[in-house]
Amino acid sequence: MREKNILLGHGSGGKLTHSLIKELFFKYFENPVLLQQCDSAILGVSEGRLAFTTDAYVIDPLFFPGGNIGKLAVCGTVNDLAVSGAVPLYISAAFIIEEGFPIKELEEIVSAMADEAKKAGVQVVAGDTKVVNKGQCDKVFINTSGIGIVEEKHEHISSGSKLEAGDKVIISGSIARHGMAIMAVRNFGTFKTDIQSDCACLNHLVQEVLSSGARVKFMRDATRGGLATVICEITQHTGLGAEIREEAVPIDENVRGMCELLGFDPFYVANEGTVVMVAHPDDADAIVAAMKKNHLGKGAAVVGELVADHPGKAILQTAIGGNRIMDMLAGEQLPRIC
Amino acid sequence: MKYIDEFRDKELVRNLVKRIGEVSHRGVSLMEVCGGHTWAIQKFGIPSLLPANIRLLSGPGCPVCVTSKRFIDQVVAYSRLSDVVICSFGDLIRVPGSSSTLEKEKSRGADVRIVYSVLDALALAEQNPGKKVVFPGIGFETTAPGTAAGIKDAAQKGLKNFFVLSSHKVMPPAMAALIDEGVKIDGYIAPGHVSVITGSGIYRDFPKKYGVGCVIAGFEPVDILQAVYMLLRQINQQRFGVEIQYSRVVKPEGNPIARQAMEEVFTTRDDWWRGFGVIPASGLVLNEKYAHFDAEKMIPVEVEETVEEKGCICGEVLKGLKRPTDCKLFGKVCNTTNPVGSCMVSHEGACNAYFRFHS
Repeated sequence: MREKNILLGHGSGGKLTHSLIKELFFKYFENPVLLQQCDSAILGVSEGRLAFTTDAYVIDPLFFPGGNIGKLAVCGTVNDLAVSGAVPLYISAAFIIEEGFPIKELEEIVSAMADEAKKAGVQVVAGDTKVVNKGQCDKVFINTSGIGIVEEKHEHISSGSKLEAGDKVIISGSIARHGMAIMAVRNFGTFKTDIQSDCACLNHLVQEVLSSGARVKFMRDATRGGLATVICEITQHTGLGAEIREEAVPIDENVRGMCELLGFDPFYVANEGTVVMVAHPDDADAIVAAMKKNHLGKGAAVVGELVADHPGKAILQTAIGGNRIMDMLAGEQLPRIC
Repeated sequence: MKYIDEFRDKELVRNLVKRIGEVSHRGVSLMEVCGGHTWAIQKFGIPSLLPANIRLLSGPGCPVCVTSKRFIDQVVAYSRLSDVVICSFGDLIRVPGSSSTLEKEKSRGADVRIVYSVLDALALAEQNPGKKVVFPGIGFETTAPGTAAGIKDAAQKGLKNFFVLSSHKVMPPAMAALIDEGVKIDGYIAPGHVSVITGSGIYRDFPKKYGVGCVIAGFEPVDILQAVYMLLRQINQQRFGVEIQYSRVVKPEGNPIARQAMEEVFTTRDDWWRGFGVIPASGLVLNEKYAHFDAEKMIPVEVEETVEEKGCICGEVLKGLKRPTDCKLFGKVCNTTNPVGSCMVSHEGACNAYFRFHS
């Protein structure tokens, strides 16, 4: 491509659009379905039920330690499918790009998406590009939708319909890495940290656990709102109580340090490659062992359990042995004053 | 993590709780002055560990909570000016004014930025010479030196577009006002970070004049529990004094350089505290020499009439007279999503901490 930056014409549907699609998107997302260039991707259906999800990605900054918006857009959608018990197969990618955006950066984003899709074993089979006037969006927004197949025996996982008191709560790795990596580069550029986002596709890890036969009853990736929000969603949805042991929750020292410094509670900070599973108590240790075999699950741990007491409420047993309620956050966490 | 884990040690905590139990002979009310203490106490579940006859009261040391509504209204008014950028500490943006909040104004197009330090505001002023950058200065002796340093820096750089709207306050007058008003306090868990600046001298009146002990405490569970233990010992022996539990950070003489910066830039005035009304010589305002950085003097703006909400008892909560759960609005009309009073806004506010953490 001769142009260095995105022009309005790249979204016009004309020659510029076609050259962008061919020279950039096809180059990276190449697969037989996409290359047919039909208005819809025509996909074969196998046994089981379809899982279908969509998510929009807007992030500032676009590039962060441990990933970029493209990687995030693939991981987020793949993970939404994976935690529903589905094997992710296909995704679509739609871009809204601000006029003037450097094509080199777009290429970096698209390349990261392709890498991540390949690792996850999914194909990008449909896409769209729109260009808006300068100032009408913040550099680039991406929407991805995804389709996966759920085996009948896993259908109950996404609703958590089999959850009961006594089930164990397991987390796949140390918390709060994504949110604090973003926070470090966003507002507090003067902080030098080595915190990396946990942004990653979890589908292989999830499938390894499921194929072990472990009785997983619920899964959710602890994205916005963090671990605490997932636990609160479970208690509110099921009417069961939850007891979480602060000491058992894995957190890296650098992440913890930055949370302490800014006055953030890591339990509410976003993750992008960390799954919470709730499972039959007899299978919890086997699940942790299975997770630990995957490089994304090295920090896996049982962090608590569902209980019949205090229905609808999550109680955190603090590191010093005190008890307190763990509730959803009202809004964004804000840095403390002093 | 060093300097953290030692002070959250389960064994140490268990020991301290046991020793507190041994010296706790009667009902006492201890007030943690600082909002940071309130937050830590609730976050770590400390009330669930203490004997039932020890009552911890939340004091007036949450910067956002004691800030007057009129101040919020004034910052909101500034945010509506097209050439003004508001650089605010995070918590302030949700505090309800009479008809709006900074968060709402931001959604309507006002330029409101969250900063972590006054220096961020200063940098923004340098980068945007066409804009007036207004920094709402809130907080006590902890944050006031930072604001003072920022103002001195702005003077040195000759900045003409950096302004401070000061609602900075000093702590001892409010602590005295509480006792003068007849609030029953058996001991003060005195603010750790205020004392880093001031030293322990500012509390000397309390044991002498009022017979109330002060223990300057850190913010970790072991710190707070040790402070409780030290206060109980003073009460039992009826020998009241000022003690420093937080000795790894607080020196008796404080930080003279920070105090000097404050004294150079600010002068005291009578100030309005939410829930208290006017407390003599309790506020800090920019003095004559630095008046050209005072937003109030340099940027005239029309401020709406202040309307106080009905039924909110933040005032009594701040004085330790009532608990958050005594308020009719608590958890119903007033919650962390829709705070009515400022005590529900800040995570250091008693109502907020109570709402989020209390089991």
